[in-house]
Amino acid sequence: MNEPIIRFEKVVKRFGELTVLDELDFEVAPGEKVTIIGPSGSGKSTVLRVLMTLERINAGVVYVDGEPLWHEPHQGTLKPASEAHLRKMRQKMGMVFQHFNLFPHMTVLRNLTEAPRYVLGLSPQEARQRAEELLELVGLSDKAEAFPSQLSGGQQQRVAIARALAMRPKIMLFDEPTSALDPELVGEVLRVIRSLAEEHELTMLLVTHEMDFARRISDRICFFDQGRILEQGPPEEIFSSPKEQRTREFLHAVLHPEE
Amino acid sequence: MLFGIEWDTSTSWAFAWSILPILLRGMVVTIQASLLGFFVALGLGLLLASLKGVPLKIIAWPAAFITEFLRDTPLLIQLFFLYYVLPDYGIVLPAFLTGALALGVQYSAYTAEVYRAGIQAVPRGQKEAARALNLSERLAFIHVILPQAVVRIVPAMGNYLVSIMKDVPVLSVVTVLEMLNVAKIIGDRTFNYLIPLTMVGALYLLLTLIASWGVRVLDTRLPKRGIPLK
Amino acid sequence: MEWTRYIDPLLQGCWVTIELTVYSTILGALLAFGAGMGKLSHNPLIKALSVTYIEVFRGTSLLVQLFWLYFALPLLGELIGLDLRFHPVSVGVLALGLNIGAYGAEVVRGAVQAVPRTQYEAAKALNFTRTQTLWRIALPQALPEMMPPFGNLAVQNLKDTALVSLISLGDLAFRAEQLRNLTQDSTTIYTMVLFMYFGMALVLAALMGLLERHVGRWRHRRR
Repeated sequence: MNEPIIRFEKVVKRFGELTVLDELDFEVAPGEKVTIIGPSGSGKSTVLRVLMTLERINAGVVYVDGEPLWHEPHQGTLKPASEAHLRKMRQKMGMVFQHFNLFPHMTVLRNLTEAPRYVLGLSPQEARQRAEELLELVGLSDKAEAFPSQLSGGQQQRVAIARALAMRPKIMLFDEPTSALDPELVGEVLRVIRSLAEEHELTMLLVTHEMDFARRISDRICFFDQGRILEQGPPEEIFSSPKEQRTREFLHAVLHPEE
Repeated sequence: MLFGIEWDTSTSWAFAWSILPILLRGMVVTIQASLLGFFVALGLGLLLASLKGVPLKIIAWPAAFITEFLRDTPLLIQLFFLYYVLPDYGIVLPAFLTGALALGVQYSAYTAEVYRAGIQAVPRGQKEAARALNLSERLAFIHVILPQAVVRIVPAMGNYLVSIMKDVPVLSVVTVLEMLNVAKIIGDRTFNYLIPLTMVGALYLLLTLIASWGVRVLDTRLPKRGIPLK
Repeated sequence: MEWTRYIDPLLQGCWVTIELTVYSTILGALLAFGAGMGKLSHNPLIKALSVTYIEVFRGTSLLVQLFWLYFALPLLGELIGLDLRFHPVSVGVLALGLNIGAYGAEVVRGAVQAVPRTQYEAAKALNFTRTQTLWRIALPQALPEMMPPFGNLAVQNLKDTALVSLISLGDLAFRAEQLRNLTQDSTTIYTMVLFMYFGMALVLAALMGLLERHVGRWRHRRR
């Protein structure tokens, strides 16, 4: 196996009394598509939010692309990361949120060009060309001049995916990307994510409740429980013959809610 | 000398110390005018709000116009109007009362809006529920609507009392001896405006800080358990 | 007709009132943004300065501020060896602007703080700097929220300009007082003046309404 692109070493995250990540060890290989499943409150989303530097960690070390994320090497030890270091590290990642979080005051096109222009320093033409290609990819070329409020939830989420991709990240983080959508709009978003999953270069980390989808696109499924990975493995293994009692109970509850 | 109190101009500190009691006399007038103006505003505002709520347009529209007119014209002009025009019609009031009346008139436009917003913020469902329980219109208002409106109205009114305090110096133009006027007179007579005017500023800061604190305390004491406030 | 003779001098006063309102509202808006953002700053010095400015000017009376700048500031200047005597127009604009700016600062702060946290997270995920996030993401969204209270403050400011007549500036209130001294025709004059202020307030409110729609264009787009 290659050098992992993401590595958590004994990472602890607490919210007050509550321990959300409990000495978590976790690795993702370059190009790997990993889906995190588990009951709510198990720390799934926190993993993504820690990677995107939206949440600080209380202990442990996170490595991204060979470098510590929240720390910088300093005279042989690690010291807390500076803002400059955090910005360099964020460059490697893109994130898609449950509630899309598009900028409501910008058109779709400007949502896609703003960061490439002012963060990456692209020329207006370059940024625009990149945005148009991505809108084509997510099937929304005709919506470039629309405002987010004029789009359906599914369309907004596709724009949000394009916006994250416009920064050319190595790693894409999807935080329950379809949970806020009406059922009939889930498919269009999943189709876009699936086409991305066919890119071998892109590392993908996905938190979702769409078990069928997870089974089809993932190289590996991680079952989170109480801030740790209780069980992980290829989708067939986890879904067909889970070893742990908690995994079985969870999958049963999710796949057969009426029983 | 003012109010029978002499000042001592030997040093700045002595001067400040000697005029403090005079300024405090002015502050008493400031507080009196604020309170009187506030009560006029509460009453007049309630009247305007009630008239605006009358289903008859011939009453509601003029009331709405008057409220808007009072809100959009300066206190100073309203004060001059009352001060110079009322005597033409045989109504001669002491300057202090005219001043307090002007404050009340100006702020009635604001308090009317507070009453209206307070009542309107009570969800419609509450009135419907009261009707469903067969409560009379009057009982529904007293027992259901009012207790829920009061907790919204009282803090807003408190904030307007603080605003009224800050507008009292306008009354100095009709010779009311409130704090600023007192300081100005001292300045005119001693050619030292810096100390009295700075002291008035500081005293004002103190006054509004205490008043704002009082409003906050009052707000926390209001019985509002279970009432959803935005 | 007596009252027609008052129109000309009163309209001259109106023009001064309009000028004072425009200048001091612009100054006030600048101060409001500066102090409002300053209060949210992470720099303790900038934050303390902004908070002090806001508290002092909201906590004291406008007329006290006006008189202090007009009567006391020149004396303070003498003490420290500076010429701090300004033209009454400058003093008026300064006092009005400082006063309305302090109230506006709280509006700016409130509106910026009301921008959802998730917008800041999205900006962070796209690697915008703090400054870029503020100027490109937060402020444009906060601006439409600020407009209705700004409209009220502008009308308040128009009304407050009447006070500068007390430092003998020739605004509408001052002209009215002059005419009254001359003619003793208080009822007619003050009725006219009240309606003139009312008219100006309506126009100002309408203009602020237009501005509000302009900065909030993106909010009116619906599917």
